[in-house]
Amino acid sequence: MAATNPGVATVETKAARSPTSDAWRQLRTPLVYLIPAILVMGFLTFYPLVYQVYMSFTDYGVIKAEGKQTLNRFGPNGQPPPNYRPAQFVGLKNYTDILTGNPQFIAQLAAVSGGQFNFWRMLAFNLWWTFSNVGFHVALGILIAVLLNVEGLWGRRIYRAIFILPMVVPNLVIATVWKNMFDDQYGAINQLIGLFVGGPVNIRWFNQIEPPIPGIPLPLSYYAMLIANIWLGWPFMTIVATGALQSIPKDMYEAASIDGATGTQQFWNITLPLLRPAMVPAAMVGFVMTFNLFHVIYFMSGGGPLGQTEILVTQAFKLLNVYQLYGVAAAFSVLIAAVLIPIFLITNRISRATESYDV
Amino acid sequence: MSSVATTPPTRPARRGSTAAGRQLTWWQQLVFQALCLFVAATVLFPILWIVSMSLDPRNISRPTELRLIPPGASLDAYRAVLDRPTANPVTFIELARNSFLLAAGVSAFALLIGVSAAYAFSRFKFPGRQFMMISVLAITVLPAVATIAPLFALLNSVRLSGTLLAITLLIAGVLVIALVTMAVLPAIRFGTATVGTYALGAVGVIIGALVLLSGLNAFGGEIFILRNSLLGVGVAMISGALPFAIWNLKGYLDTIPKELEEAAIIDGATANQIFFQIVLPLAVPALAVTGFLGFIGGWTEFFLSWQFLTDPADFTLAMALWNMTGQYASSVPWSRFAAMSVMVSLPVAIVYLALQRYIVGGLTLGGVKG
Repeated sequence: MAATNPGVATVETKAARSPTSDAWRQLRTPLVYLIPAILVMGFLTFYPLVYQVYMSFTDYGVIKAEGKQTLNRFGPNGQPPPNYRPAQFVGLKNYTDILTGNPQFIAQLAAVSGGQFNFWRMLAFNLWWTFSNVGFHVALGILIAVLLNVEGLWGRRIYRAIFILPMVVPNLVIATVWKNMFDDQYGAINQLIGLFVGGPVNIRWFNQIEPPIPGIPLPLSYYAMLIANIWLGWPFMTIVATGALQSIPKDMYEAASIDGATGTQQFWNITLPLLRPAMVPAAMVGFVMTFNLFHVIYFMSGGGPLGQTEILVTQAFKLLNVYQLYGVAAAFSVLIAAVLIPIFLITNRISRATESYDV
Repeated sequence: MSSVATTPPTRPARRGSTAAGRQLTWWQQLVFQALCLFVAATVLFPILWIVSMSLDPRNISRPTELRLIPPGASLDAYRAVLDRPTANPVTFIELARNSFLLAAGVSAFALLIGVSAAYAFSRFKFPGRQFMMISVLAITVLPAVATIAPLFALLNSVRLSGTLLAITLLIAGVLVIALVTMAVLPAIRFGTATVGTYALGAVGVIIGALVLLSGLNAFGGEIFILRNSLLGVGVAMISGALPFAIWNLKGYLDTIPKELEEAAIIDGATANQIFFQIVLPLAVPALAVTGFLGFIGGWTEFFLSWQFLTDPADFTLAMALWNMTGQYASSVPWSRFAAMSVMVSLPVAIVYLALQRYIVGGLTLGGVKG
């Protein structure tokens, strides 16, 4: 009854309930609240994702070599432009090109920008970039939170107010400012080092190709961006850690010091274990955020030198913006999802974020 | 963070000397102060650098020395940026207006639809709930850059002639105003209206009026390509902003105690009454924060607008800032770049500091529900 007329929500029928009508009764009210979101997300989120999978099997995009484009089905007068050709199905070619580094495909990219393209190297760099950043964020975050939590420290309020500043500035601005700070001729970092060294310094932060530490295949621009991103990221972890620290009962430290535990022992045996439940989920949020951190890489090094600091999201954008290979970009994005979904499932499992909230 | 409260009970604490904190010896204080000052210096260094450069009266093209306070500071660089930040013929105000429309529109829309979905997820048990929640959360993990190809292709194929566009916009404007009036009027008539109600009404009517106005302007215009417009960028942004809003708001709503609602149910309130009269008023801080986070996203949105827009009249602050940085900016004096950075950051920074306490709680709640 209710199923045929959902509008009459107040009229309850006391007829025998089949399991389906039971489910419907449960679903009816929430569905009213969900419908707008389902419609919008269906059209704007899920449909594009499905369309993306379709695009990834085609040569969709602007094909420069033939002087043809497949993108615009509609010309100025609503007619197809003369060079229009529908996208053609190419099977798994986009995926194999990306994953195996087909020389023809690489040459096509190199002709446009001269950069290098190696999916596996990029993935490895992206993971290392994420781990190294989150590691520093969490470690510094905890240490500074503990430092600020010391009782009797003068000016705690002032320090707290200052230390939140990196979170307050949009990270787009932070990235562009740090880019100029690391400028090899006029940048503040080189000038600052110059003050200590006592002479002009010209470290070519973003252009030096040889790795500064022999044996570690990371260019200087990685270290520059690491510094910028550490600056950007630790305050969030400090705030999370401070919240957790303040809920640790002081009695525990008193008991420990009566038992003769030193400050270091207390840190390792009380503070750290009790911070863990708050820090682990925060670290995982940070992990996903850093993995997808477009602004810092794109605005600072631009993936350079020679594509050595390219991460997946910046490369996906370049495939579109620079190379105009829409089909390849779609395939690349599907691969990003294939990397991220397992990471998401693992983090979701650990933090139990979607576990049901008992009503 | 709530999980911290459930720390396992340890052995009973030995009370006795509940002294009000231990005293630091002078050398401890010295060491800690030195550490704090060092951290503060690293935090402040880039900020002071950019602010002092923006105030430099010499309109320096490239800084050659570090100076905290430039001799004879002035606001010339700000004046130049306000007038015309980049080579494109747009003023700062126009750029800011575009960014503001994009940011406010996207965050308001995502909030409106997000809060009702968040309420459903937070308060009802229904078949498929778990699956829906996981798919929403999974979308928030995917980077926005990763859906730009299909969004470009799909929005690029939405084209309207000038007349059709004008008619569409006029209808949309009327609909927006009608809907907002329907939502707000009952509350005003029954005297249950709050500041939030009036604000919602005012914002809605303004948005509707803007849509109507642009509809009147569109008559007889060129063919409208949705992709190549701020509206198209906004539509593409909602693709990622809505799941984020739903998830963030759900985290907040979960923390609102349910006793009030239970009492209301006993008094015979329907789900709708509970939502509009109990949950929504309690969720105002959450709405403000989620809306603000969405706003920051829109205010500094870069890659969609960079990829979609071609008309300088539609350009946004982020695009202009990037035009003033690095390889594109060989002719832009750095003092102007600095002034631009400060002017882009300042509005959001001030609001961020004002809402700081709520934002921080919310950021941790969203993902950190242990």
